[in-house]
Amino acid sequence: MIYLKTVYADNAATTPLCAEAFEAMKQSMLEDYANASSLHTPGQIAAAKVLEARREIAELIGANADEIYFTSGGTESDNWAITSAALRGEKQGKKHIISTAFEHHAVLHTLKDLERRGFDVTYLDVHSDGYVRPDELEKAIRADTCLVTVMYANNEIGTIQPIDEIGRICKEKKVCFHTDAVQAVGHLPINVKAQNIDMLSFSSHKFHGPKGIGALYCRKGIILANFMQGGAQEHGKRPGTVNTPAILGTAAALKKSCADMEKNARYVSDLRDRLIDSILTTIPRSRLNGGRSERLPGNASFCFEGIEGESLLLHLDLKGICGSSGSACTSGSLDPSHVLLALGLPHEIAHGSLRLTLSEYNTAEDVDRIISVLPQIVAMLRDMSPVWERIMKEENSDAVQ
Amino acid sequence: MLYSEKVMDHFRNPRNIGKMDDADAVGEVGNARCGDIMKMYLKIEDGIIKDVKFNTFGCASAIATSSIATEMIKGQKIEDALKLTNKAVVEALDGLPPAKIHCSVLAEEAVKAALADYYKKQGLPVDPSIFGCVDCESCGGCGV
Ligand SMILES: Cc1ncc(COP(=O)(O)O)c(C=O)c1O
Repeated sequence: MIYLKTVYADNAATTPLCAEAFEAMKQSMLEDYANASSLHTPGQIAAAKVLEARREIAELIGANADEIYFTSGGTESDNWAITSAALRGEKQGKKHIISTAFEHHAVLHTLKDLERRGFDVTYLDVHSDGYVRPDELEKAIRADTCLVTVMYANNEIGTIQPIDEIGRICKEKKVCFHTDAVQAVGHLPINVKAQNIDMLSFSSHKFHGPKGIGALYCRKGIILANFMQGGAQEHGKRPGTVNTPAILGTAAALKKSCADMEKNARYVSDLRDRLIDSILTTIPRSRLNGGRSERLPGNASFCFEGIEGESLLLHLDLKGICGSSGSACTSGSLDPSHVLLALGLPHEIAHGSLRLTLSEYNTAEDVDRIISVLPQIVAMLRDMSPVWERIMKEENSDAVQ
Repeated sequence: MLYSEKVMDHFRNPRNIGKMDDADAVGEVGNARCGDIMKMYLKIEDGIIKDVKFNTFGCASAIATSSIATEMIKGQKIEDALKLTNKAVVEALDGLPPAKIHCSVLAEEAVKAALADYYKKQGLPVDPSIFGCVDCESCGGCGV
């Protein structure tokens, strides 16, 4: 067997750890073993390092250190932010929330839970291009709206939402604005103050930091609910012994990502554009999901008619290429991805989706490998597909007519 | 691993893949909305399945179950092929993940749908107690 280097093109799922984060964590794991809440010197040294990391992280998103609450990641931050805002709203008799149909399940399932508890949720249309329209958001705001939660950038199709405008509208209407920025932090310039963001979720493993840690930014003055009772960590709002190495790893990864942001964005979007252009021209009846203009630098999401995503994914894996799919089989349910359905794609087309997400660790050779392998696999699967047979028959009879 | 070696083998190298221009019977089950369609072609002589071909749109287990089902019925008498169960398909593949069992049901139904087509062409009655409900609904896979 010829040894093939893995082409890792699933960076929206998670990213490899960067050397800076690894070094920071390795050192911290060995040295900062003391509990950051302890009063002895080693404990206080750990606490000082955590505070420094908190300051660095806050500054990189335009926040203050005391507005950063470390969590176990994006899921926890989303749950916490939304449920807290809902509880605050409920106390004032405000039980309306505005969101979108294509949020991550961490948001959507939290909203479904609130709906069961009597909240009314408006899901904004994301249209066929995958963008929220600010005027539609403005119209949806009611006197009893307690929260607007719109993701910064979509994890499947990479579309970047008009966050500045949404922030402006929410500020004007005095409605709390939360954004799930898990796919954006470390990849796009963010300033929570300038963008009028009240709450923001992020996750370290999406920008080459460690897994199982993230944070919630919560603007000063907004009160978070306690879901766990315990010690005084994170202002007593999120008790539990501080995960010093993971926090230092997060700060190191975010510093690196933000320092290289422009350079990375240019490099990665060039790779992505070449990938998209090549695939769309070489594979007939293929489409790019989501608009092209405001798009995460690394995201290329396709649908190929007549084939199913899981078999495509596994054939790519056999060739050493890692991607993901929103087909029913890979989503773990019987329906294809809610994101693709939210764009108005029919089920049969959404089943044939493939998401390739690149990072600055990918090379031009990686893209060449994908471009050389993918069209053949699609053609081979189409060759055995009764759906493709039907599509070709229709095309031929259309041509005759 | 999600799938057994057997499943991956049939997925990688599907047996009896292709179409058949001179088939004596053709059966198609599933629908694109659910994400699985299997089409089976049979060549039948003297009550024996001489040749089988299949085409499948679907996930790896849909491809593997239809592939192994063609192997299991090739050379069989019609009556014996009608006894093929989804359970036997699952066993032959050394198991399937629970969420993929419906693929094996679909493979059984594809065989029966093709044989039902043969019976109809021969003017023979298609007994539902043998052939089952040869349509998408009965797979219970997607509820469409
Ligand atoms: C948009 C978005 N939100 C939330 C999450 C969940 O983050 P985590 O895995 O850190 O819980 C993810 C990642 O899977 C994501 O892409």
